[in-house]
Amino acid sequence: MPKKVVSGNYAAAYAAKHARVEVVAAYPITPQTSIIEKIAEFIANGEVENLQYVPVESEHSAMAACIGASATGARAFTATSAQGLALMHEMLHWAAGARLPIVMVDVNRAMAPPWSVWDDQTDSLAQRDTGWLQFYAENNQEVYDGVLMAFKIGEHEKVNLPVMVVESAFILSHTYDVVDMPEQEEIDEFLPPRKPLYTLTDFENPFSVGALGTPADYYEFRYKIAKAMEEAKKVIKEVGKEYGERFGRDYSQMIELYKTDDAEIVFMGMGSLMGTVKEAVDLLRKEGYKVGAAKVRWFRPFPKEELYELAKNVEGIAVLDRNFSFGQEGILFNEAKGVLYNTDAKPIMKNYIVGIGGRDLTVNDVKAIAKNMKEIIQKGKLDREIEWYHLKR
Amino acid sequence: MNTLFGEKKAKAEKMVFKSVDEYPEAPITLGTTLSNFTGDWRTFMPVIDESKCIKCYICWKFCPEPAIYIKEDGYTAVDYDYCKGCGICANECPTKAISMVREEK
Repeated sequence: MPKKVVSGNYAAAYAAKHARVEVVAAYPITPQTSIIEKIAEFIANGEVENLQYVPVESEHSAMAACIGASATGARAFTATSAQGLALMHEMLHWAAGARLPIVMVDVNRAMAPPWSVWDDQTDSLAQRDTGWLQFYAENNQEVYDGVLMAFKIGEHEKVNLPVMVVESAFILSHTYDVVDMPEQEEIDEFLPPRKPLYTLTDFENPFSVGALGTPADYYEFRYKIAKAMEEAKKVIKEVGKEYGERFGRDYSQMIELYKTDDAEIVFMGMGSLMGTVKEAVDLLRKEGYKVGAAKVRWFRPFPKEELYELAKNVEGIAVLDRNFSFGQEGILFNEAKGVLYNTDAKPIMKNYIVGIGGRDLTVNDVKAIAKNMKEIIQKGKLDREIEWYHLKR
Repeated sequence: MNTLFGEKKAKAEKMVFKSVDEYPEAPITLGTTLSNFTGDWRTFMPVIDESKCIKCYICWKFCPEPAIYIKEDGYTAVDYDYCKGCGICANECPTKAISMVREEK
């Protein structure tokens, strides 16, 4: 299989190309720009056929154009970051509500003010209720694999929902790494052309899309989305397994477990920071700490069942959130705690707010967190529920 | 035939779904929006007094839906399946032949 040394953004662009996307509509925003630049380059060099690039005047229009394209049955793709994603918000609801499997790469970037272009998950997590599936990539390879799988999962007949593939600003987007890309023929076998639920170009059977849902009908359509999200869990596991069988990288787990079999303390988090955590787990193991890592790959649909299985067998979970919901707590912590409330799995859980706005999380930081968790478990009592770890005191 | 004379819109069947399984997967309306009976929303209904009507068709031109059509005899009539009761016709009628009447439902 061909290997390329590419940035996370180029990995996303190559994945879109290999998925044979038909329409790309996007507006440039740092740090997403190089995804779209690369796609424009593919078109300029004649490397792609049947790919229409729509230059638009804002992210809101980018998503609107993707919705229109997807409704005609085309495979649509876009990418954005932070403020751009926020500007798309209204249209994100539209894409999910109209059941259009658009794939978008969001390069996680902190929201302003203060103006920031560095990594932070709050932008994508703020879109959690829009009906989009969300996949968090740890490295460039996962960005590539994630985009290919996103099309297959989103377009599955039981799902028909849009998918967001999320990568870290600069840590992945502009950092080069080896990415293993399968041959185009193998990808075509894995990802056949889209079979849309409906197409606006079906002139024999005209219909209107999303016209009006009175109180008598709106409710049922929401239920259908909720059901599709539940179905998506099965589809994600199936597609992840198939991807593993075909290309050697298995994604059948919605939560990737690393050395958790006999672990007392588990670090839970999403995205690129989990690479650092795995490294720290290896070092901590040598020091005699029974620790493991649980990387939440899919945030929507949320892997409740897998989290429960994990929580049954551990004493403490340190949730590392590169995001914060003001007035409450870290968003992943909030979700994870909520899942376990009605179960008999009650590990001690503590929320560490780390890495916000691009602040570096080092292996030594994770080691310190492990020591803190160890003390808490020995005492059997939390010192505090939420800790802003990097705070200058 | 004089093209001015219209017909009431083709009779559409109102889409009624009894269970969640009967709904289409996506919120699409099959056929056209004819099955969306916007006349349900009305509070005041326009009533045309033909004795005052001078067949100027201002109501027919102004109706935004359009829920007013012209009958074979040249008088205008309201398609109550789609009239939202906005009252523009009554306001514009030069002879005050149209009155808005509170509808008993």
